[in-house]
Amino acid sequence: MKGQTVTKKLNPGRFLAWAAMIVVILATVFPFWWMVRTALTPAADIYTDNLGLLPEHPTLINFLRVLGLTSEAENRAAGGSGAQLDFAAYLVNSIIYCGLIAALQTLFCAMAGYAFARLRFPGRDLVFAIVIAALMVPPIFTLLPNFVLVKDLGLMNTMAGMVAPTLLMTPFAVFFLRQFFLSLPRDVEEAAILDGNGPWGIFWRIALPMSRGPLITIGLTTIVWAWKDYLWPLLVGRDEDNRLVTVALGVFLQQSPNTQPDWTGLMAASTLSVLPVLLLLVFVGKRLVQSLNFTGSK
Amino acid sequence: MSSTKPRDDRRAAWWFLLPVLVGFAVFYGYPAARGLWYSVTDYTMLNTPSYVGAENYSKLVQDDKFWNALLVTGWYVVLNIGSQTLLALGIATLMHRLTRSVVLRATLLLPWLVPNVTIGLLWMWLLDTNLGFFNQLLHTVGWGPVGFFTDETWAMPTVAGINTWAYTGYTALLLYAGMLQIPQYLYEGASIDGAGEWRMFRRITLPLLRPVLALALVVSLIGSFQIFDTIAVTTKGGPVSATQVIYYFIYLQAFKYFHMGYAAAAAVFLALILGVLTAIQMRLLRASRSDLA
Repeated sequence: MKGQTVTKKLNPGRFLAWAAMIVVILATVFPFWWMVRTALTPAADIYTDNLGLLPEHPTLINFLRVLGLTSEAENRAAGGSGAQLDFAAYLVNSIIYCGLIAALQTLFCAMAGYAFARLRFPGRDLVFAIVIAALMVPPIFTLLPNFVLVKDLGLMNTMAGMVAPTLLMTPFAVFFLRQFFLSLPRDVEEAAILDGNGPWGIFWRIALPMSRGPLITIGLTTIVWAWKDYLWPLLVGRDEDNRLVTVALGVFLQQSPNTQPDWTGLMAASTLSVLPVLLLLVFVGKRLVQSLNFTGSK
Repeated sequence: MSSTKPRDDRRAAWWFLLPVLVGFAVFYGYPAARGLWYSVTDYTMLNTPSYVGAENYSKLVQDDKFWNALLVTGWYVVLNIGSQTLLALGIATLMHRLTRSVVLRATLLLPWLVPNVTIGLLWMWLLDTNLGFFNQLLHTVGWGPVGFFTDETWAMPTVAGINTWAYTGYTALLLYAGMLQIPQYLYEGASIDGAGEWRMFRRITLPLLRPVLALALVVSLIGSFQIFDTIAVTTKGGPVSATQVIYYFIYLQAFKYFHMGYAAAAAVFLALILGVLTAIQMRLLRASRSDLA
């Protein structure tokens, strides 16, 4: 970054520093390794085979049964409770949920951010201040009334009810995107006005294409947070049809006997819940890492 | 106000703002007002709420469970923020002085990307009393087993440790991003003057990082006060109520006992704490810009 260099000489101090760094990396990765390792272990082996780094008899049965690809009998034989699970469907639900929220919220907040940054209309700064004040209202405070609202609207256990509170806006995205639009150079837009473009034309043809970076940042951050959502979808989307991966994991644990949880199945399901974000990290890891510089210190 | 001819985009502007204003009014403004109203009623989700004055609030300050929830949350925040900030600062410094590797940074970010529910499950398994990896390990050296989630003393440190594991990488990367803004020539100069790494950390990194560090601290604090998912999955507030944090207390009151009014009053308390923290955060956001740019 910025042409900074790092000294490459290896001395005892640097050696120790690298050793500490490796410990940190191992501590970060090991729990995930253990998750996958357990997911690949037959349930029957769990009492005897629980220290080695690799399973003695690797199997895919746990993945097959949490994906709903085995019969009830096979399910029981492999250590399950017999309850049919369908994590393929839960994954699809989660992807729809995240995609809907990220796409629409980013678009709507960009529109508003642009209006607050560039358009002139009476009461602009007052309206902006009121919207931003919502940053001070913690989610738990609006959670209870929103639950009652969604219930009254008859949207319980529907995708619409689940995405409703975050689909249109979050105060932070409006704030962040307005900041960015304020920093865009004005001359391009002014040239476009002279060419006869109205506010919409400028927004779509000039402002949006110039803000690809920040839009992707907000979009990705929104996807990550939506992927992690638990309490809200747990309250309004418990039904099998719209169940998200996180809610399904919670239900799976509850259905599993307390004294002897179905660990191999739970770890297979957990692995599936990590897989999409791992892919995100592999393909857009650089963007994600850079987005922290954006949202953190700017 | 400027040199260009005065424009009025009133008509276009309201269309640009329409979705956000609807979202704000319906899912932020209206529920915030409704939440305040619930807190002075006896609402149970099954009745028509009727006004009871400050009754919920006066019951709340006499409720041992509520005080316990505040105390337990405070204990969690101290444990979590303390360990997370120190570790993150250490890791960020190591990275800053050793490498610019994107792969390494992406690896550190991984736990932050994973749902708290998954992380809770994962550690429940790793720390399981009978079969968990760590207790097996302790067993081989003749210790344990430790009931990480079932022992009243251990439960909270365990939960705090899990979340420290999950969020330290993210915090470290925030601090690291701040460190990258510190001009490199300061280190080169200090190095020529014969300063060691520890001296450079204390004299250059720490003072210049202060605005970013303060911001990261407040952001973590806000998150920390709202811990819920990990506890909902692992301990469910137990054993006894050793991990019944404020968020879980509100959740139980509202959705288990249907004391909506009472839960709303507790939420007002939490909102006040978080409101103050957020106000500080907004100030710091402005301050950190002027400090480093």
